[in-house]
Amino acid sequence: MDLMSLTAVTLGKKIKAGEVSVAEAAKACMDSIERYDSEYNCFVTVADREGVMKQAEEIQKKIDNGELTGPLAGVPVAIKDNMCLNGMLTTCSSKILSNFVPTYTSEAVEKLIEAGMVIVGKTNMDEFAMGSTTETSYYGETKNPWDKNKVPGGSSGGSAAAVAAEEVVCALGSDTGGSIRQPASFCGVTGIKPTYGRVSRYGLIAYGSSLDQIGPLAKDVTDCAALLEIISQYDKKDSTSVNRDDNDFTGALVDDVKGLKIGLPRDYFSEGLDPDIKDAVYAAAKKLEEKGAIVEEFDLGMVEYTIPTYYIIAAAEASSNLERFDGVKYGYRTDSYTDLHNMYKKSRSEGFGPEVKRRIMLGSFVLSSGYYDAYYVKALKAKALIKRAYDKAFEKYDIILGPVAPTTALKMGESLSDPIKMYLGDVYTVPVNLAGLPGISLPCGYDRDGMPIGLQMVSDAFNEKTIIRAAYAYEQTREYKRPADVAERGQN
Amino acid sequence: MTITDETIDYVGILAKLELSAEEKEQAKKDMSDMLDYVGKLNELDTDNVEAMSHTFPYNNVFREDVVTNGDDRENLLKNAPEEKDGCYKVPKTFD
Repeated sequence: MDLMSLTAVTLGKKIKAGEVSVAEAAKACMDSIERYDSEYNCFVTVADREGVMKQAEEIQKKIDNGELTGPLAGVPVAIKDNMCLNGMLTTCSSKILSNFVPTYTSEAVEKLIEAGMVIVGKTNMDEFAMGSTTETSYYGETKNPWDKNKVPGGSSGGSAAAVAAEEVVCALGSDTGGSIRQPASFCGVTGIKPTYGRVSRYGLIAYGSSLDQIGPLAKDVTDCAALLEIISQYDKKDSTSVNRDDNDFTGALVDDVKGLKIGLPRDYFSEGLDPDIKDAVYAAAKKLEEKGAIVEEFDLGMVEYTIPTYYIIAAAEASSNLERFDGVKYGYRTDSYTDLHNMYKKSRSEGFGPEVKRRIMLGSFVLSSGYYDAYYVKALKAKALIKRAYDKAFEKYDIILGPVAPTTALKMGESLSDPIKMYLGDVYTVPVNLAGLPGISLPCGYDRDGMPIGLQMVSDAFNEKTIIRAAYAYEQTREYKRPADVAERGQN
Repeated sequence: MTITDETIDYVGILAKLELSAEEKEQAKKDMSDMLDYVGKLNELDTDNVEAMSHTFPYNNVFREDVVTNGDDRENLLKNAPEEKDGCYKVPKTFD
C-alpha cells in the first residue's frame, strides 16, 4: 500500500490502530520526497532522514503509552518555508535568508509538533510570499504535478504541489492574498485560509501583517479541518490572536446543507473568467441546491477596487516589514562595501529578487510624505467599503460561493513579464484577506486540458464551521482525483 | 503618473535599495503603471468613510514588563554575518 496516497486522517487512524507504525509512515514520506522531488521541486529544505526517524521513534513511544491521542499523531507534514523552525534553514525562498537558521519555532508549527506530527521539510514558495506562481523563488520554480509545464500557483506552491504529488499527505501554507487557496485550486487539492486572528502568526516571517494567516493544505476537507483544529489556538505572543473556544472544526464535518443560504456574486462571473471555470462553479452551486441549500445570485460590489486596495496595503506593509533585512543580525551581507549605509543598500539590492524590490519600492512610495493620504489612507478607506460590502452580503447569506481564480494554472514563464496582469489573477481571493474572513478552496472540476478547477466558499468572520460543513457536503458528491503521473506510479 | 529620476532616487533612499541604471528605468515604468492602475480608487467617494486598519475590534494587550525568554546570545550570533566579542559587527559608522 502506498501510504502517501492516503489522507492524513486515514493515515492517523491506521497509526492509532497499530496497522502502520510512525516509522513506516515517516519512511514512506521521506522515500517519496527523495524519489519524486527532483521532478517537481516542492522543497527548499528536506529534513535529515536520521532526525526524522528519531522523531518518529519518540512519537511512537508517546502514542503507545497514551500520551499522544490526537487524530494526526505520527503523521508526517511539510511546512512552508516562511515559518520558523528551530534549527532548520528557513529561507522564505529568498537569497537574503539563504543562511538563516532560526533559534525558535513558529507557534503554528509548535502546535503540530505538540500534536505528534513529524516535520519532514520546508516547502518552496514565491520569494517572501510575493507572487502567484512560485516562480519568484530564488531556489527555482516548483512544477505543477498535473502538468510540469505549468505553474503550481503561489505563493504556497511548494506545499500544494507536494500534497498533489503525494510527497506528503498534508502541509501548512500561508495566505496573504490567496496564497493557500489559489495554489490549492491550481494543484487540485483543498486549502483553508482561516479568519484573521484564528491562527497565531508568531514565527511566521511577515509579508503583509494585517493580512497574513497560516492555514492547512491537504487532499480533502476532513484533513484540513483536523489540521486547522490543531493550529487554531490563542497565543499571547501574537497581539492579533483572538481567544475563542469554537475550534472544534472536525465536528462541522456534516453532510447537510439543508436551508443553508448561498450567494453567488453576479459580478464575479463577468469578463475575464474562463468559461470552463464558470460552468464548473455553477454546476457546484447546482449540486448544493440539490442537497437542499438555497442558492441565489446577488451583486457583491467593490470587485474592481479590491486589487488596487490590496496592492497598496500589502506593498506598504511589506516595505515596512522587510526593513529588518539589513545584513547585520542575520541573512546575507554583501562582500564589499564602503560604509554602513552602502552595506545596507548593497546587501538588500543583491539579496532581494525583482518582485520583492518592486513591492518594497511601491510600498515606500505610498507611505512617503505627500503621498501617504492619497494612496495609503485612501486604500484603508476602500478597505472599509469592501468590508461593508461583505457585511451586507452576510446579512442575507451564510456563504458566498465563487471561483478561486479567473484561470486554471498558467504556463511557466507567462506571468512575470506583466505584473499588473499577474495581480489581476488575485481578484477573487484578495478581498477575503482585506475583510479578514475565512475561505476554503476545494476541487470542483477540470478544464478542457484536464487542469483542476477550484471552488471558493467564504463565510463571515469566525464562521469556519459553516464553510467546512458546506465544503464537506459538496465533497461527498465527487471523488478525489490524482494527477495522471501520480496515479500511474504504481503501475510501472 | 510620470515617475521622475528624482522620485526613483528618493524612493531608493527610503527603501534602502540601490538600483542599476537598467533596474531604475524598469522601476520607473513599473511604478508609473501601478500608480495609474491603483488611481482607480479615486473613483470612490470616501469623504465620510473612516480608514480601517483592523477588521476586528482589538484592544491593546498589556503585560507586566518581565523578561521571560532566556539568554540565547550564542545561538543568535551564529546567524550574524559578522560578530566580534559576542556582539554584531558592523562597518565603522563614525570617526
